[in-house]
Amino acid sequence: MPQPAATIFLKIYLYRRVVQAKLFIDAHYHQPINLAAIADEAYFSKYHFIRLFKAAYGNTPHQYLMAVRINNAQLLLKTGMPVTDVCYAIGFDSISSFSALFKRITKHSPAVWQQTELKRAAEMKIAPLNFIPNCFAQQNGWTPNRNF
Amino acid sequence: MITKMNHVSIFVLNQDSAFDFYVNKLGFNVHTDASMGPGKRWLTVCPPEQPELEISLMAINEGMMFKQEAAEQMRVLVSKGTFGFGVFECNDLLATYEELKAKGVEFTKEPTKEFYGFEALFKDDSGNWFSLGEKKQ
Repeated sequence: MPQPAATIFLKIYLYRRVVQAKLFIDAHYHQPINLAAIADEAYFSKYHFIRLFKAAYGNTPHQYLMAVRINNAQLLLKTGMPVTDVCYAIGFDSISSFSALFKRITKHSPAVWQQTELKRAAEMKIAPLNFIPNCFAQQNGWTPNRNF
Repeated sequence: MITKMNHVSIFVLNQDSAFDFYVNKLGFNVHTDASMGPGKRWLTVCPPEQPELEISLMAINEGMMFKQEAAEQMRVLVSKGTFGFGVFECNDLLATYEELKAKGVEFTKEPTKEFYGFEALFKDDSGNWFSLGEKKQ
């Protein structure tokens, strides 16, 4: 049976509020974020907000915020930024809690992860063909000419 | 026995613009971004929960793969929306639809209940189209 128009509009309205909250986290992850305040801003009770957010994104707002911070930490670590600077740049105020969370998610400490990535980037500059399936490299004419 | 696909190609009109679309709008991760010489670039991205699948954003350049005429024809075909490259999946279609619309992604079909599932269609910045479906619970 089709849903009444009012129900559909309410559902769309709620979705838009949840999406706005997610986009707010995306834009402000590096700042202190009070998730209860976001729920207030979205006109939800905290528990209703968490339930809707988890239904939409598979994680609670707090889990999502932590994931966004670690994703951005990875991007900054790839630039060679010192681990301590990265920690503060993504909104953590404790190196130990940042490192612990980073290790829990990536299985490596930030320093080890960074060294691995910087090494990979350096190799990519020197020998990019090592990172491309040969069939694609050949199709593009990137493989060196060989004399048989 | 074939067990997996780990690379797939999407032909794009501009790799810089495609990078912005797939990374900043769709939220994909960059897997490999290697310069292959002036104007040549190997760029692959992965959906966030599928790091083993590299999607190669291939520029349509005149060269080994395309002769000049073929490259021009390919560009026209891509920009006209000839190619549909696959089906992406999300946890919640309505939420993802609202988010991508807010980011400026163009949808050619709003979320619709079909007999095979809940689906929307969108285009990338080049004109390639994709289906977006909701993960079955």
